[in-house]
Amino acid sequence: MNLQEYFSLVFSDYTLRTITLGTAILGAVTGMLGSFAVLRKQSLLGDAISHAALPGIALAFLITGAKDSNTLLIGALVSGLLGTFWIRGIISKTHLKSDTALGLILSLFFGFGMLLLTFIQKQPNANQAGLDKYLFGQAATLVESDVWLMAIITGICVVVMFLFWKEFKLLLFDADYTKTLGFNTKIIDILITTFIVLAIVLGLQTVGVVLMSAMLLAPAAAARQWTNSLSTMVLLAAIFGAFSGVFGTAISASQDNLSTGPVIVLVASVFVIFSFVFSPSRGLLFRQIRFISNRRDLEFQKTLSFMYHIAETHDDISHPHTIKILNNFQGFTRKTLQKLVDKNYVTIDGTMWSLTEEGFKTAANLYNQNIKTHE
Amino acid sequence: MNSAQFEIQLIASLVAIACAIPGTFLVLRKMAMISDAISHSILPGIVVGFFITQDLNSPWLILLAAFTGVITVALVERIQKTGLVKEDTAIGLVFPALFSIGVIMIAKNANDVHLDVDAVLLGELAFAPFDRLTAGGTDIGPKSLWVIGTILTITIGLLIAFFKELKVSTFDPGLSASLGFSPLVIHYGLMTVSSVTTVGAFDAVGAILVVALMIAPAACAYLLTTDLKKMLGLAVFFGVFSAISGYWMAHWLDASIAGSITTMLGVVFLLIYLFAPSKGLIAVMYRDKQQRIEVSLLTFLLHLKNHSEVRERHVNHLNEHINWQKVKSETVLDLALKNNMILINQNIVSLTAKGDEFTSQAIDYIITNEDAQIEDMKEDFFLFRG
Repeated sequence: MNLQEYFSLVFSDYTLRTITLGTAILGAVTGMLGSFAVLRKQSLLGDAISHAALPGIALAFLITGAKDSNTLLIGALVSGLLGTFWIRGIISKTHLKSDTALGLILSLFFGFGMLLLTFIQKQPNANQAGLDKYLFGQAATLVESDVWLMAIITGICVVVMFLFWKEFKLLLFDADYTKTLGFNTKIIDILITTFIVLAIVLGLQTVGVVLMSAMLLAPAAAARQWTNSLSTMVLLAAIFGAFSGVFGTAISASQDNLSTGPVIVLVASVFVIFSFVFSPSRGLLFRQIRFISNRRDLEFQKTLSFMYHIAETHDDISHPHTIKILNNFQGFTRKTLQKLVDKNYVTIDGTMWSLTEEGFKTAANLYNQNIKTHE
Repeated sequence: MNSAQFEIQLIASLVAIACAIPGTFLVLRKMAMISDAISHSILPGIVVGFFITQDLNSPWLILLAAFTGVITVALVERIQKTGLVKEDTAIGLVFPALFSIGVIMIAKNANDVHLDVDAVLLGELAFAPFDRLTAGGTDIGPKSLWVIGTILTITIGLLIAFFKELKVSTFDPGLSASLGFSPLVIHYGLMTVSSVTTVGAFDAVGAILVVALMIAPAACAYLLTTDLKKMLGLAVFFGVFSAISGYWMAHWLDASIAGSITTMLGVVFLLIYLFAPSKGLIAVMYRDKQQRIEVSLLTFLLHLKNHSEVRERHVNHLNEHINWQKVKSETVLDLALKNNMILINQNIVSLTAKGDEFTSQAIDYIITNEDAQIEDMKEDFFLFRG
């Protein structure tokens, strides 16, 4: 199946429609909540939480013995939350730093989860196969009820976000001020964190434990480059996330042997790279262009003021000088000279140049901030 | 215990030691998450190396994969330097992307590569003794034993040779730069050692569990000591202890050895987190409580010193005026009495000579902004602590 077939089938084929809708919703909700994680400088928390969810999945299976994805997700949610709060405990109660706490919880929980998974695999229970799809995710296993669950949780997230928008925003940018206004920062904080954990857990089935953190970060990091407003960023992140989901699914469905998770992550990474380079205000490309044009301006002004200092020593400011004397001056190029002529600051006669009246005036006021000299 | 079992435990212990040494420095330099990033992003390096060499234990594969690890670090720093995103976001963006590339490369070539993602993530220590190295026709031990043994020897050699430089640059980067040790060289040296160790160990314990072996023993040791040499020693001890006990746990449960080792590390960390003598959770909470009561005691004594009128010094006044709960006022009164700082006569509290001296000294320290000194003073005055 190639990409064209995919897009013609996506509306008619049940499986494709379900999967595409699922990954799109997932991308949107993780992008939305990821914006908060990125701005709160908790980017790697997602990585830790997604790994920490693994033992929860295994334990839920061991206890219930059933592979119902809802019970497994509840297990993942519980162990994800446990991991998050343990990380906080380590950071606040001991002198271990946040990176150590994150790495510890991530690897210890994941190792314990792997122990349980291998233990389950040895059990005489035919039902256990397929638990390892949670490692890398398999969008193909999504069914309509999973998508409904995602949609409902996303809906709740959006409603709560609208209700507590002001509080979330305040806490994000000025936690101390929020406290002095009398908001219970602890509850708002727990609310945001819980939703982040919820979004991660939702994505485990589709993207998998290992790569889930990128789903949280990449759309938000891309969106951050285009705007300085929180609401726009959240909206953009949701859009980027949804598109990564759809394109990722499309590409992975059109090829054999491709897990959905890695492809979605790579598509999201492409969005990030594109935003890094091409965003108008922060992007590397435009930043470089601005840098070069600033340098040109500077060189132009330097040349003009150099000419001014030469002309100053003569009674007649338009006394001609040879171009050669400019050659030793750093910042002088043929281009700057041409630009000076274009602006009518300088006239050229053969190999001689002379400053015009206008050029002399401009140069004299070059560093006077009150007069706008050019552009 | 047969020879295969012994070899597995030996390999596991060597891996634990080789991880604990760079891990200690990563934890101290607040770069623990870098080890997580490296362990993921070496995957494409391993896959490409495997296409070329067809041997998971080839030195070229290890070098190539370790190089990918160093590239990751450089890439993270490059992105961070653009100022577009913060450091943690940069880490979180780079390694999933590289890891995805690795996974896709494996998936696309699944038919002609004997390498699957589970093996890279988890490793399989149980099979390590079967892949043997022969020299001139004689069996000289498992390959991975030689690989990790070589890496460990190099690591220990570098540690001894550059211990002073590492120590200075870890605790005081400014001083080390002014003494002429390039922080950049030491930083990338440490990153290279971490990458090589990660690659050498992934075969045995898997890419993700390497992170556990790097961070957890060092974190445990950090809660017990503040001396670098002791910390290294303790980290090595915890690593080896978990490796061997983890092996027997896996033997008993018939489950993944790497998973059991990590679980043992988790148990060890949990115990130390709770019970470490001065930095454990229980010790910290106990000290918090003690501090709170002692501060209340000081407040109470200051109050007594300021007021000579009987009305202000009545026992009940504590509840009514200073607004303390009954239990708290009783604890504070009790502590003050035990330390001979107050006398209670017909429910009227007054300072003893000792209490008066203590309070005067405390006031002096508070006025001169040397509150920290009060802590030392308590040693001299208190018979019982709060």
